[in-house]
Amino acid sequence: MKDLYDSQREMRKLRETAMQRGVIAILDVGTSKIACLVLRFDGAASQPQGEGIGSMAGQSSFRVIGAATTRSRGVRFGEVEAMGETERAIRTAVQAAQKMAQVRVDHVIACLSGARPRSYGLDGAVDIEDSMVSDGDIGRVLAACDVPDYGPDREVLHAHPVNFALDHRSGMSDPRGQIGQKLTTDLHMMTVDATALQNLYFCIKRCDLELAGIASSSYASALSTLVEDEQELGAACIDMGGGSTGISVFMKKHMIYADSVRMGGDHVTGDISMGLQVPLATAERIKTFYGGVVATGMDDREKIDIGGDTGDWEHDRRTVSRAELIGIMRPRVEEILEEARTRLDAAGFEYLPSQKIVLTGGASQIPGLDGLAAKILGQQVRLGRPLRVKGLPQAATGPAFSSGVGLTLFAAHPQDEWWDFDVPVETYPARSLKRAVKWFKDNW
Amino acid sequence: MRPLAERRPRGSLKDPAPSKWHYRWQRWMLTPGIKAGLRVGLPLALIGIVASVWFSDEANRTALTARIDALKSEFQHRPEFLVTSLRILGGDDRITSDIERIVKIDFPVSSFDLELEEMRRRVAALHTVQEARIKVADSGALEVTVIPRVPVALWRTGDNLRLLDQNGIFAGALASRAERLDLPVIAGEGAGAHIEDALAIFARARPISEKVRGLARVGERRWDLVLDRGVRIMLPVDDTMAAIDRVIAMDAAQDVLERDVAVVDLRNGHRPTIRMTKAAAVSYRRASQTGAEE
Repeated sequence: MKDLYDSQREMRKLRETAMQRGVIAILDVGTSKIACLVLRFDGAASQPQGEGIGSMAGQSSFRVIGAATTRSRGVRFGEVEAMGETERAIRTAVQAAQKMAQVRVDHVIACLSGARPRSYGLDGAVDIEDSMVSDGDIGRVLAACDVPDYGPDREVLHAHPVNFALDHRSGMSDPRGQIGQKLTTDLHMMTVDATALQNLYFCIKRCDLELAGIASSSYASALSTLVEDEQELGAACIDMGGGSTGISVFMKKHMIYADSVRMGGDHVTGDISMGLQVPLATAERIKTFYGGVVATGMDDREKIDIGGDTGDWEHDRRTVSRAELIGIMRPRVEEILEEARTRLDAAGFEYLPSQKIVLTGGASQIPGLDGLAAKILGQQVRLGRPLRVKGLPQAATGPAFSSGVGLTLFAAHPQDEWWDFDVPVETYPARSLKRAVKWFKDNW
Repeated sequence: MRPLAERRPRGSLKDPAPSKWHYRWQRWMLTPGIKAGLRVGLPLALIGIVASVWFSDEANRTALTARIDALKSEFQHRPEFLVTSLRILGGDDRITSDIERIVKIDFPVSSFDLELEEMRRRVAALHTVQEARIKVADSGALEVTVIPRVPVALWRTGDNLRLLDQNGIFAGALASRAERLDLPVIAGEGAGAHIEDALAIFARARPISEKVRGLARVGERRWDLVLDRGVRIMLPVDDTMAAIDRVIAMDAAQDVLERDVAVVDLRNGHRPTIRMTKAAAVSYRRASQTGAEE
């Protein structure tokens, strides 16, 4: 775990360097598309002033100056499957974004949607040394969390201190400077497959780019689609992507649970392709033009030309009614939503004070999805689009870009993670020196 | 597994991804230093190379300098810059002729070829000129404006008569006193340096001015007022003005200066002394003897 701590700190340092240099790239490696955004940081000078304007969480300090998307190849279930193909797709996206931005980008913050995330809730407790909580005490209490054995082939992706409690008072976000005896913390840790992480790392490395940060895409899309009170009161974000559906639960502005369902829009396309006997490209086109999940009487009469170029007249002139198409799509969408429901139930989502659910991601654009989701997930469902950030092209403002936009917020204003705090030095000389100083303070 | 070797015919269904080297090339070209170098450095270097190659030829260099000289002289000899005449303002005939002798120019000449400052220095060096300004005025005239020195006194040293202005500066020589009867005369060693005192004395002695012939500096410390008929009024070093007033009062009361005195000595303020002329003394003595005999 030590080396992970170091590598995450190194990434943080790289992120600082990139911020100082002023240019950083965002890379959303998804199953169906790879999006690259180039951000330019121009300091806090442009922070708007006025009544009712808060800290803006760093959103005013950057501007998107380049954006590009390309079809993703070689990625399945949000994991890199063919390195060469993925590398080329990343290169395409990065080159186009660089060309639009007219600037060279060296540092990249990436996110990945698959890699079987797993959430752990940890807690640790420590006695305060000199009655006032200091930075060192926070580092110690975070180090005192007993880490479960999450397996040798997994890596920690996020470790957020969610809550601090001092003696009997709980719910603190920043206990520094307060007086108490015993400090306890709750830590949310999220692990992913180490191999998936490594593959992505090498793909980016082979594009001559430095990885300056990595995040889970379900976390990133929740950052951009959940509004502030939803993050505060408790909400879940379901990011329906191409190959996987990410689920993250937020409470008190911290992610407390994340998971992913290995199903997404590509599976719907596959079902259409199999059900109608058409190639995948045609199935994708039919899905985007005519797709839906709620059939009405009108849909029985609407005929869709399937097309084809086999040369067989009968085969190439087939038509299908929209109701049939919906009949193919709906079970799969229901399956995805029900699987998400299962994961949320397992996480104890129903015990949260507010049970808002926000659907986002490319597959959430199916017409009528909100009605279907309300039946499965409960009444508090809405469709979410990402926050508007400065300079984002109109083409990149749809729900498919919520994780990319979330990553820009992650880059501009990252939450504290476990590795942002210094691990206390437990070596003997430092300790004895400290004790000597303390003895002098107490006795003189 | 997909075939590893590229078997797709070229040109059909191109891979949208850039090749590794193309990608690197584009990133290299977007590097800020390279970008600036290509936009600024490269053109500058090209210009520099071309220029140095061209200048390395001796013939080119001489041709260039000749061309520059020709252009320069062509420009300087345009009619707008030609000076055709000399105009002298503020001087009398003598000063004018002096200046014409000093500023000897073959008109017309370009104003770029005139050394105005040097010329001004030389004109200002004339004794009769206090200040001089030279400029190229409109209509191509070289305009010399002079302020002549105004002589306020004559200084006799030996046989020479010098004109002095109010600062005691030499402002020309005179052949004879008759030329400037209006100016007072001073004489003696170091008299020229105290011209202000002398002028003040002359002003104070205005009531007897028709008798005054001049002032003589004695011993470089005090003045003698010399009147006609050779009468000398010896003035003290201090309280000179009071002494003059005293003489004027004595003259008004007793016509001292009309009498046959040679010297009125006022050097000692408590005891003014009068020395008679020899003839007066003789006749006085004779008269008193005669009176004694009677």
